[in-house]
Amino acid sequence: MNNILVFPMVIPVITGVALLFFRSYPAVQRWSTIAAMLSVFAISLWILEDVRSNGIMRLDFGGWTPPFGITFVADSFAMLLVAAASFVSLICMLYAVFAGDKRREYYFQYTFMLLLIAGVNGAFLTGDLFNLFVCFEVMLLASYVLMTLGGEKKQLTEGIKYVLINILSSWLFLLGLAYVYGTLGTLNFAQLSLRIAEAGQPPILTAISILFLAVFSLKAGLVLYFWLPGSYSALPTAVSALFAALLTKVGVYALFRTFTLLFYHEPSITHTIIGWMAITTLAGGSLGAIAYVDIRKIAAYNVVIAIGFILVGLASNNAAGIQGSIYYLVHDIVIKGLLFLIIGTIIYLTSNARLDRTSGLITNYPILGWIFLITTLSLGGVPPFSGFAGKLMIGQGAISSGEYVMVGAAFLSSLFVLYSLIRIFLNMFWGEVLIPRKHQIPLPFPLLAPLVVLAIVTIGLGLGMDFMAPYVTDAATVLMNPEVYIEGALDNE
Amino acid sequence: MRENDVILQTVSKVAVFIILTFGMYLFLSGHHNPGGGFIGGLTLSSAVILLYIAFDVESVNKGIPVDFKLVAAAGVLISVLSGTGALLFGADFLSQSFAYFDLPLLGKTELTTVVLFEAGVALAVVGVVVTILINISEDV
Repeated sequence: MNNILVFPMVIPVITGVALLFFRSYPAVQRWSTIAAMLSVFAISLWILEDVRSNGIMRLDFGGWTPPFGITFVADSFAMLLVAAASFVSLICMLYAVFAGDKRREYYFQYTFMLLLIAGVNGAFLTGDLFNLFVCFEVMLLASYVLMTLGGEKKQLTEGIKYVLINILSSWLFLLGLAYVYGTLGTLNFAQLSLRIAEAGQPPILTAISILFLAVFSLKAGLVLYFWLPGSYSALPTAVSALFAALLTKVGVYALFRTFTLLFYHEPSITHTIIGWMAITTLAGGSLGAIAYVDIRKIAAYNVVIAIGFILVGLASNNAAGIQGSIYYLVHDIVIKGLLFLIIGTIIYLTSNARLDRTSGLITNYPILGWIFLITTLSLGGVPPFSGFAGKLMIGQGAISSGEYVMVGAAFLSSLFVLYSLIRIFLNMFWGEVLIPRKHQIPLPFPLLAPLVVLAIVTIGLGLGMDFMAPYVTDAATVLMNPEVYIEGALDNE
Repeated sequence: MRENDVILQTVSKVAVFIILTFGMYLFLSGHHNPGGGFIGGLTLSSAVILLYIAFDVESVNKGIPVDFKLVAAAGVLISVLSGTGALLFGADFLSQSFAYFDLPLLGKTELTTVVLFEAGVALAVVGVVVTILINISEDV
């Protein structure tokens, strides 16, 4: 019995719903949101530490033991992601608070942001496939609202695509659930893993796993990323940072869970497909990142590249690759939040999104400029920053399983990432100063503070790799050894 | 809007009470028989919707001065908090319990905490259904 496990999901729900009663009190809305996220972050750190020292933690809702009841299972992998997600959402919330969009606040922006986080945390923690679906839906419904909240024309056109594509993939997800339940008679992760291992994953199960691969790829933006750049660039800054940091990562998490815990018996089929999908994603994302002059599009294609990169680690299917992916996932949650906050801030300051219409911003806003440079280097995987460890280990993993094409694609894509962002830096921050200092829009410190915090964290994660290492190693051990997860999730003492 | 709906209005005035009673019956019977918060809530909200159809939105809003969005919010809060209530007794989240009591008039009665949870569900359903339908009707 570990009731604390439910708090990362329940605190945002309770706070979000309670805020409906305080519609006309923006101050109450703002600060209770921040307080809720702070407590979620603190609790998730506590659980993370506890899981590392005492092993996998489980909560059976209402005392119904698995495989019959609803369970939450926390292993280090899930908790690392919950902690990172809660932290970045806290920062995005702070940015939203200081940006203070009164109209969106009045129409319950914070409530839906909190419900989105509840869905994300629930998806990381849940111990069965059906509740993964439910948490996906909680997250998606909140994201539909955030997508269209404000009712700008661009939001609505992109919103309708986003909603349709996600409804279709949710339907396929449900279909996959029906197939799994029809063939194996259970939806509990641990029991599914046992039964698939007993059956030795015959072709029918491999076929079902491909269906899940398609569904989660669509959510993660793996190959099926065509919906992503348009919809992410239609959002207000704080929300777009939240989306970029969290939504695709939940799809990636689901891919890791299903293909390390459940369908891991036919890697020559499933993991090869994932590998080629990762390469395609890297290629497509790289082309997109250098093709556009709209900085929001460039940032969105950087999200796509990162997804491909993380899945190279899954496709190489060994301890080093998986560890690298975990490092990179945590890093990417932080850095994509930061990147989108910076891009949004630039657009707020210059009121244009094209990189060839502004220059010399570093004279106007020096701190913003240097933070952008740090972000660029970190995304490119330059050593002292947080991207380095992940890239290195994913590379090691792919080399040791002999996937040289994937290694090539992955590191080539890093060059594209660097190039696409350096291009923004050179065009917008360097060069002739176009805005005289006395006419510039002031960048208040509260708006800059969230960016500074995230920049410090990306440096900290890079320098403090040793500090993170035990958690990552533990997470990778659980992912590589399904029996550890099964024992923790199914053992009824 | 409509000129001559005396019959609809007269029938509705009676029917609404029948529907509300039936809705409450479904809600309470849910523990052991078909029924429960969701179905009970749907039936209850159909009574409110019938009022909106028979009379106009303004007069119903005057009669029932409730913001149904907040009804839904209160419902969700009640359900979730009834789940966290279990934590105070050292039980798992969402644990329920029941006991038998001798009540005057009713005799030996089963009282259970799941009624609280179901009441939250019912309120959430009523709130959501009515809010959705009112919003759709405003668009037409």
